[in-house]
Amino acid sequence: MKLGVEVFSISVDSVFVHKIWNDKELSKMLGGKDVPFAMLSDQSGSIGQLYGVYDEEAGTETRGRFIIDPDGIIQAFEVMTPPVGRNVKETLRQIQAFQLVREAKGTQVTPAGWRPGKKTLKPGPDLVGNVWQEWKVQEAFEE
Amino acid sequence: MKEFEAGCQRPKAQAKPALETAATPVVQKGEQKTMIRVGKPAPEFIAPGFHRGKFVEMNLADYRGKWVMLCFYPGDFTFV
Repeated sequence: MKLGVEVFSISVDSVFVHKIWNDKELSKMLGGKDVPFAMLSDQSGSIGQLYGVYDEEAGTETRGRFIIDPDGIIQAFEVMTPPVGRNVKETLRQIQAFQLVREAKGTQVTPAGWRPGKKTLKPGPDLVGNVWQEWKVQEAFEE
Repeated sequence: MKEFEAGCQRPKAQAKPALETAATPVVQKGEQKTMIRVGKPAPEFIAPGFHRGKFVEMNLADYRGKWVMLCFYPGDFTFV
Protein backbone atom coordinates (compact mmCIF):
# COMPACT_ATOMS: atom_id res chain seq x y z
CA MET A 1 0.00 0.00 0.00
CA LYS A 2 1.47 3.32 -1.02
CA LEU A 3 -0.34 6.46 0.02
CA GLY A 4 2.21 9.06 -1.04
CA VAL A 5 2.45 10.68 2.38
CA GLU A 6 5.57 12.41 3.69
CA VAL A 7 6.05 11.36 7.31
CA PHE A 8 7.97 13.33 9.93
CA SER A 9 8.44 12.65 13.60
CA ILE A 10 9.34 15.51 15.91
CA SER A 11 10.40 15.81 19.54
CA VAL A 12 12.49 18.06 21.75
CA ASP A 13 15.49 15.76 21.39
CA SER A 14 18.54 16.96 19.47
CA VAL A 15 19.38 15.58 16.04
CA PHE A 16 22.35 13.87 17.70
CA VAL A 17 20.09 11.95 20.06
CA HIS A 18 17.86 11.07 17.08
CA LYS A 19 20.90 9.60 15.36
CA ILE A 20 21.88 7.48 18.34
CA TRP A 21 18.29 6.33 18.90
CA ASN A 22 18.13 5.30 15.25
CA ASP A 23 21.51 3.60 15.34
CA LYS A 24 21.28 1.86 18.72
CA GLU A 25 17.65 0.91 19.04
CA LEU A 26 15.19 1.69 16.26
CA SER A 27 17.26 0.17 13.48
CA LYS A 28 17.22 -3.07 15.47
CA MET A 29 13.42 -3.00 15.36
CA LEU A 30 13.66 -2.47 11.60
CA GLY A 31 15.90 -5.40 10.78
CA GLY A 32 19.00 -3.27 10.51
CA LYS A 33 17.46 -0.55 8.35
CA ASP A 34 17.36 3.15 9.17
CA VAL A 35 14.17 4.87 10.23
CA PRO A 36 12.65 5.71 6.82
CA PHE A 37 11.37 9.20 7.68
CA ALA A 38 13.13 12.33 8.90
CA MET A 39 13.25 12.70 12.67
CA LEU A 40 12.92 16.41 13.37
CA SER A 41 14.22 18.33 16.37
CA ASP A 42 12.35 21.07 18.24
CA GLN A 43 14.63 21.68 21.19
CA SER A 44 13.00 24.94 22.22
CA GLY A 45 9.51 23.49 21.97
CA SER A 46 8.53 26.44 19.77
CA ILE A 47 7.05 24.29 17.02
CA GLY A 48 5.20 22.23 19.59
CA GLN A 49 3.78 25.43 21.03
CA LEU A 50 2.51 26.45 17.61
CA TYR A 51 0.74 23.12 17.29
CA GLY A 52 -0.57 23.15 20.85
CA VAL A 53 1.30 20.04 21.93
CA TYR A 54 4.16 21.45 24.02
CA ASP A 55 3.94 20.69 27.73
CA GLU A 56 5.82 23.53 29.45
CA GLU A 57 5.93 21.76 32.81
CA ALA A 58 7.42 18.57 31.43
CA GLY A 59 9.50 20.33 28.78
CA THR A 60 8.39 17.72 26.26
CA GLU A 61 5.79 17.28 23.57
CA THR A 62 2.63 15.25 23.87
CA ARG A 63 1.63 12.63 21.34
CA GLY A 64 0.17 14.86 18.65
CA ARG A 65 -0.48 13.62 15.13
CA PHE A 66 -1.44 15.98 12.31
CA ILE A 67 -2.60 15.12 8.81
CA ILE A 68 -1.85 18.01 6.45
CA ASP A 69 -3.24 18.05 2.90
CA PRO A 70 -1.44 19.17 -0.30
CA ASP A 71 -2.74 22.72 0.22
CA GLY A 72 -1.12 22.88 3.66
CA ILE A 73 -4.46 22.58 5.44
CA ILE A 74 -4.78 20.51 8.61
CA GLN A 75 -7.44 17.91 7.90
CA ALA A 76 -7.16 15.96 11.15
CA PHE A 77 -5.28 15.80 14.39
CA GLU A 78 -5.16 13.59 17.45
CA VAL A 79 -3.35 14.42 20.67
CA MET A 80 -2.74 12.00 23.50
CA THR A 81 -0.86 11.99 26.79
CA PRO A 82 2.39 10.00 26.65
CA PRO A 83 1.60 6.55 28.07
CA VAL A 84 -0.76 5.41 25.31
CA GLY A 85 0.60 4.65 21.86
CA ARG A 86 -1.09 5.47 18.57
CA ASN A 87 -3.16 3.24 16.33
CA VAL A 88 -1.30 3.46 13.05
CA LYS A 89 -4.03 1.59 11.16
CA GLU A 90 -6.56 4.23 12.15
CA THR A 91 -4.25 6.97 10.92
CA LEU A 92 -3.85 5.17 7.58
CA ARG A 93 -7.61 4.78 7.35
CA GLN A 94 -8.09 8.50 7.91
CA ILE A 95 -5.50 9.40 5.27
CA GLN A 96 -7.21 7.09 2.77
CA ALA A 97 -10.57 8.65 3.58
CA PHE A 98 -9.28 12.20 3.21
CA GLN A 99 -7.56 11.31 -0.06
CA LEU A 100 -10.77 9.77 -1.41
CA VAL A 101 -12.88 12.77 -0.41
CA ARG A 102 -10.36 15.17 -1.95
CA GLU A 103 -10.22 13.26 -5.22
CA ALA A 104 -14.00 13.08 -5.37
CA LYS A 105 -14.13 16.88 -4.95
CA GLY A 106 -16.99 16.74 -2.49
CA THR A 107 -19.16 14.28 -4.41
CA GLN A 108 -18.48 11.50 -1.90
CA VAL A 109 -18.20 11.37 1.87
CA THR A 110 -17.15 8.51 4.15
CA PRO A 111 -19.61 7.45 6.85
CA ALA A 112 -18.59 6.20 10.31
CA GLY A 113 -16.63 2.97 10.15
CA TRP A 114 -15.70 3.47 6.50
CA ARG A 115 -12.57 1.78 5.28
CA PRO A 116 -11.31 1.21 1.74
CA GLY A 117 -13.73 -0.92 -0.22
CA LYS A 118 -16.72 0.03 1.88
CA LYS A 119 -19.54 2.17 0.59
CA THR A 120 -19.29 5.96 0.53
CA LEU A 121 -22.27 8.30 0.59
CA LYS A 122 -23.10 10.79 -2.16
CA PRO A 123 -24.43 13.96 -0.59
CA GLY A 124 -27.31 15.64 -2.40
CA PRO A 125 -30.98 16.49 -2.13
CA ASP A 126 -32.08 12.87 -2.47
CA LEU A 127 -29.97 11.77 0.47
CA VAL A 128 -31.48 14.27 2.90
CA GLY A 129 -33.50 12.33 5.44
CA ASN A 130 -32.66 9.07 3.67
CA VAL A 131 -29.31 8.11 5.11
CA TRP A 132 -31.10 5.41 7.13
CA GLN A 133 -31.82 3.64 3.85
CA GLU A 134 -28.26 3.90 2.56
CA TRP A 135 -26.30 3.21 5.71
CA LYS A 136 -26.96 0.96 8.70
CA VAL A 137 -25.62 1.55 12.20
CA GLN A 138 -23.96 -1.85 12.27
CA GLU A 139 -21.73 -0.76 9.37
CA ALA A 140 -19.89 1.47 11.83
CA PHE A 141 -18.68 -1.67 13.58
CA GLU A 142 -17.98 -3.90 10.59
CA GLU A 143 -14.55 -4.46 9.17
CA MET B 1 15.62 18.73 2.58
CA LYS B 2 19.12 20.09 2.45
CA GLU B 3 21.95 18.60 4.41
CA PHE B 4 23.84 20.62 7.01
CA GLU B 5 27.16 20.21 8.77
CA ALA B 6 26.72 19.37 12.41
CA GLY B 7 28.74 21.63 14.68
CA CYS B 8 28.73 22.58 18.32
CA GLN B 9 26.23 25.32 17.78
CA ARG B 10 22.79 24.02 18.47
CA PRO B 11 20.74 23.92 15.27
CA LYS B 12 17.71 26.13 15.70
CA ALA B 13 14.19 25.08 14.92
CA GLN B 14 12.30 28.02 13.56
CA ALA B 15 8.65 28.31 14.20
CA LYS B 16 6.98 30.56 11.69
CA PRO B 17 3.67 31.96 12.86
CA ALA B 18 1.03 31.80 10.14
CA LEU B 19 0.81 35.56 9.78
CA GLU B 20 4.46 36.21 9.51
CA THR B 21 5.90 39.67 9.46
CA ALA B 22 9.39 39.99 8.03
CA ALA B 23 11.32 39.48 11.24
CA THR B 24 9.47 37.53 13.86
CA PRO B 25 11.84 34.65 14.46
CA VAL B 26 10.95 33.37 17.89
CA VAL B 27 7.68 32.47 19.48
CA GLN B 28 7.43 34.36 22.75
CA LYS B 29 6.86 32.28 25.81
CA GLY B 30 3.46 32.53 27.34
CA GLU B 31 2.08 34.67 24.57
CA GLN B 32 1.57 31.90 22.07
CA LYS B 33 -2.06 31.09 21.62
CA THR B 34 -2.93 27.74 20.21
CA MET B 35 -4.75 28.32 16.97
CA ILE B 36 -4.79 24.81 15.65
CA ARG B 37 -8.01 24.02 13.88
CA VAL B 38 -8.95 21.47 11.30
CA GLY B 39 -9.67 23.08 7.96
CA LYS B 40 -7.13 25.84 8.68
CA PRO B 41 -3.51 26.16 7.49
CA ALA B 42 -0.85 24.21 9.36
CA PRO B 43 1.61 26.58 11.09
CA GLU B 44 4.80 26.81 9.07
CA PHE B 45 8.20 25.97 10.49
CA ILE B 46 11.74 25.03 9.62
CA ALA B 47 13.42 22.34 11.69
CA PRO B 48 16.69 20.42 11.77
CA GLY B 49 16.39 16.68 11.49
CA PHE B 50 18.14 13.36 11.11
CA HIS B 51 17.33 11.29 8.04
CA ARG B 52 19.09 8.12 6.89
CA GLY B 53 22.49 8.99 8.27
CA LYS B 54 22.45 12.71 7.46
CA PHE B 55 21.57 15.89 9.26
CA VAL B 56 19.02 17.80 7.22
CA GLU B 57 16.90 20.91 7.37
CA MET B 58 13.20 20.50 6.77
CA ASN B 59 10.92 23.35 5.72
CA LEU B 60 7.25 22.48 5.88
CA ALA B 61 6.53 24.93 3.07
CA ASP B 62 8.54 22.71 0.69
CA TYR B 63 5.86 20.04 1.02
CA ARG B 64 3.00 21.91 -0.58
CA GLY B 65 1.45 19.57 -3.11
CA LYS B 66 2.04 16.56 -0.88
CA TRP B 67 0.23 14.90 1.97
CA VAL B 68 2.17 15.26 5.21
CA MET B 69 1.87 13.45 8.49
CA LEU B 70 3.56 15.14 11.41
CA CYS B 71 3.93 13.14 14.62
CA PHE B 72 5.02 14.74 17.88
CA TYR B 73 6.13 12.40 20.65
CA PRO B 74 7.47 12.76 24.19
CA GLY B 75 11.05 11.74 23.60
CA ASP B 76 13.66 9.42 22.18
CA PHE B 77 14.30 6.30 24.24
CA THR B 78 10.94 6.52 25.94
CA PHE B 79 8.99 3.33 25.79
CA VAL B 80 5.80 3.66 23.83
